[in-house]
Amino acid sequence: MTAPLLSDLAARARAAAHPHADTCACGAVVTLADRVDATVVRHAGTVAKAHAPDTDRAALTARLTTAARIPGVLLPPLAPAPVPLHGRLVTFWPYGSPVDPGTPDAAPWEAAATLLARLHRTPPPVPLPPMRGPAKAAHAIARLRAAAPHPATTAVLHAWATLPAWTRHEDALPDTGTLCHGDLHLGQLVRQPARTGPWLLIDVDDLGVGPAAWDLARPAAWYACGLLPADAWTRFLTAYRASGGPAVPPDGDPWPALDVPARALTVQTAARAVTKALTADRPLDEVEQCLVDACARMASVPAQLPRNAAK
Amino acid sequence: MQCPKCHAPMHTYNRNGVQIEQCANCRGIFLDYGELEALTRLESQWSQPAPPPPPAAQAYPAPPAPAWGAPHGGHHGGHYGHRRQKSFGHMLFSS
Repeated sequence: MTAPLLSDLAARARAAAHPHADTCACGAVVTLADRVDATVVRHAGTVAKAHAPDTDRAALTARLTTAARIPGVLLPPLAPAPVPLHGRLVTFWPYGSPVDPGTPDAAPWEAAATLLARLHRTPPPVPLPPMRGPAKAAHAIARLRAAAPHPATTAVLHAWATLPAWTRHEDALPDTGTLCHGDLHLGQLVRQPARTGPWLLIDVDDLGVGPAAWDLARPAAWYACGLLPADAWTRFLTAYRASGGPAVPPDGDPWPALDVPARALTVQTAARAVTKALTADRPLDEVEQCLVDACARMASVPAQLPRNAAK
Repeated sequence: MQCPKCHAPMHTYNRNGVQIEQCANCRGIFLDYGELEALTRLESQWSQPAPPPPPAAQAYPAPPAPAWGAPHGGHHGGHYGHRRQKSFGHMLFSS
């Protein structure tokens, strides 16, 4: 991250928070995230996000418009269009309080599921590009291939090779009518107004049209790999079904619908874990090994397909 | 019947499904053919350790899980130790 971007992003956040004042007594701007793909700062009740350098302006604008048009599900932006800053596109948002990472047991599984079900049931308000989940999975695999060899690499790449082409970002998505978040995890939920408001989904970078099951597949993968307790998974799935979510049948076994995307997200997460362990020059921890072990088992179990899936 | 020892009347009792006669006077006990073996069998069952209680996951059917998942479908209780919780907690919050 270049220093001018961070300091100028902070200045933009301060200006957006106080549009009619030259100075303020709020104190420092807080950096919420500073990654290769995003820099996020907060000043008072305003958050400014610099999106990834390769972000498509028209696509991001359509995603912002979508967030503005589905209040109560997606956090609406403060401004309708991104603004350029040092070669990056910047968007502005009201601050919301996140899920406490220290207490995953208190995670709002029902709220997450209900918001997803409502999102999936909402017709896209503007034409949108495909959701970017498979593109990010392919990116994680490309990084694993570029990294040094690791004892787990073979199992992860072999599992990847058995996945359908669309999950590997090598074919069109099988569903282009359903609105999807594209990157659901517990960091994608905030309460706004902070601490007292309802839960809302944030981060529209991967939002788009595609198979809704992708949004359920990360919790499904965690459950399948033995990482998420059955009661949390049941709460999530039950709330999704109770809200009329279309990604799974209303009752019965959900796995014919979830199997393929849950495999893809298991492989993606395993690839990221191996790459991170290689970068840090450390062994895989117990959780990361569980993901690799699941990849190794996938080869011997044929994928399940939705009952009405196009072959 | 009468007690073969003191000739007092005997009363019939049911002990865990086995009919036994006990003398109302001397408290002696008369067993029919096979009743001693039946009582011994009951006693050995009684002294065996109780079967382990079923795990909680069996009390309520575990939700289905794919065959490539963790053994026992990812609902076994021993996996959620502190170390795992810490690493998994981190994973819950990232792409």
